[in-house]
Amino acid sequence: MNKNKTYPLWFAAGALILYSVLFVIPSLIGIGYSFTDWSSYSDELHFVGLENFKTIFSADENYIKIITNTLSFTLVTTVLKNGIGLAMAILLTKKIKALNFHRGIMFMPNVLSTLIIGMIFSSILNPSKGILNVFLRSVHLDFLAKQWLTKSQYAFGTVMAVDIWRGVGYIATVLIAGIMSISSDYYEAAAVDGANGWQKFRSITLPLLLPTLATTTVLNVIYGLKVFDMIYALTNGGPGKATTEVLYTAVFKKFGTGQYAIGTALSSVMFVFMVIIGFFMIRVMTKDEVQE
Amino acid sequence: MKAKRTVVTIITNAIAWIISLICLIPLLLIVFNSFKDKLSAAKMDLKLPAFPLQFENFSVVIEKGKLVQSFFNSMIYSTGSVALCLILSALAAYVLSRNATKLNSFLYMFIVLGITMPINYVALTKVMMFFHINNTRGGIILLYAAMQIPFSVFLMHGFVARIPIELDEAAVIDGCGPIRLFFIIVLPLLKPAVATVVVLTFLNTWNEFVSPLYFLGNSEKWPMTLSVYNFFGMYFKDWNLVCADILLTSLPVIIVYLLGQKYIVSGMTSGAVKG
Repeated sequence: MNKNKTYPLWFAAGALILYSVLFVIPSLIGIGYSFTDWSSYSDELHFVGLENFKTIFSADENYIKIITNTLSFTLVTTVLKNGIGLAMAILLTKKIKALNFHRGIMFMPNVLSTLIIGMIFSSILNPSKGILNVFLRSVHLDFLAKQWLTKSQYAFGTVMAVDIWRGVGYIATVLIAGIMSISSDYYEAAAVDGANGWQKFRSITLPLLLPTLATTTVLNVIYGLKVFDMIYALTNGGPGKATTEVLYTAVFKKFGTGQYAIGTALSSVMFVFMVIIGFFMIRVMTKDEVQE
Repeated sequence: MKAKRTVVTIITNAIAWIISLICLIPLLLIVFNSFKDKLSAAKMDLKLPAFPLQFENFSVVIEKGKLVQSFFNSMIYSTGSVALCLILSALAAYVLSRNATKLNSFLYMFIVLGITMPINYVALTKVMMFFHINNTRGGIILLYAAMQIPFSVFLMHGFVARIPIELDEAAVIDGCGPIRLFFIIVLPLLKPAVATVVVLTFLNTWNEFVSPLYFLGNSEKWPMTLSVYNFFGMYFKDWNLVCADILLTSLPVIIVYLLGQKYIVSGMTSGAVKG
């Protein structure tokens, strides 16, 4: 059988062209445009060298804060989603009634639009009328009822908490699949040797779950760096000066004000980050497929 | 010993219910308040709606929120891009998996890298304008399909590898050409992967609103998610209407989720877990 004839390369052409033209090429020409003064104010383009990147990395501007915001959002949500997700996964692989119901519900926030989740939480977290603060006051915990989204010291934590609420079910679902793929022989052998629950978790579940945890970590990191919807819907970067601003919301604002060059330069910084992570991720995700 | 075990069972069950409740609260808020009148919905609490249920909230938002138009838009965007993405990804994954030459392995990696790559929306406007697809429905469909191709190819690639190649060989000996081989022999066997791609791509494109935000200036072309947000901006005091709008916008994804849950979970966990 002639493989090149049976499996002609033009079969792949459609996907390759569409993906390259609308996905890869914009990223590449975007890097080119980030060395210019492209904006909506003038039709002419001038080469300005590293000017845009100097602006981004200069101390007088907010961009360093935006980049550190993005990184800390990624770090905090990744750690907490993995931690809470693991606890939920262990709980939901125990003998519990209506197990599939709980698993289904837990995943539900992931299928709703983030924009809609943001709208609902803006009501739940309303300082005076929101049900969270109403509930806290009704149980006499008034001191806990804060201005969640409008006070700058709480806003970032609140946004991350809502994002964790939304994303943790997905991570738990992946981890449940990971736990269920562990052979029960190990646990039976451990039970014969008289191991308790904690010992079983430490010596069997955790080590065998490490590859899955590596993947969920990578997925979380990719998501965290690209986060846009959640922040756009909840705070849109505010309150105050860039309290919760992240890279993608900043890019969108630069686009809105016509400062295209800075916008595309910010995108390019992210592009370099993500491609490096991408290479690592592909190695994790396709490692086992090759062996099949 | 037995008593202790019963206590543990009760506690674990209780924790599971608390978690489910926390996940459900926003959804319950939407459902309850969409049946209330303006005054009681203003509180946005978890009280059950009083009778009579305010069904007219729905007819009001369908009219004021221009939901028929935006539902139609969302449907076109989702079904169009699902179909396009599915056929292109299946063809590409099939060839790249079956004929794994050095070049094809590289092309596969090149596509899969798109799972992590961020889109440079600003520069993308230039490309969209170049092809005159900025601010058009066709442009959005093409863009959505392009965005979903990397993950779909990744998912299908793993599936194709599990179909025995002997089937292809037998068909070729019987004189089957490449196009018939794919559509008549291989594609039917890819059904689970096809279902997963369809369900996931539908959910993702239905919920996507960033691209319309950048590329659709004209509100007549907006999908449901964007028009619900716009509606929220205008009627933020009428939570009964906002909730009714949200409920109608979310209904398609909730239905798809309930019907296709199995495929969603298998798709989203593939690559993460090797069982």
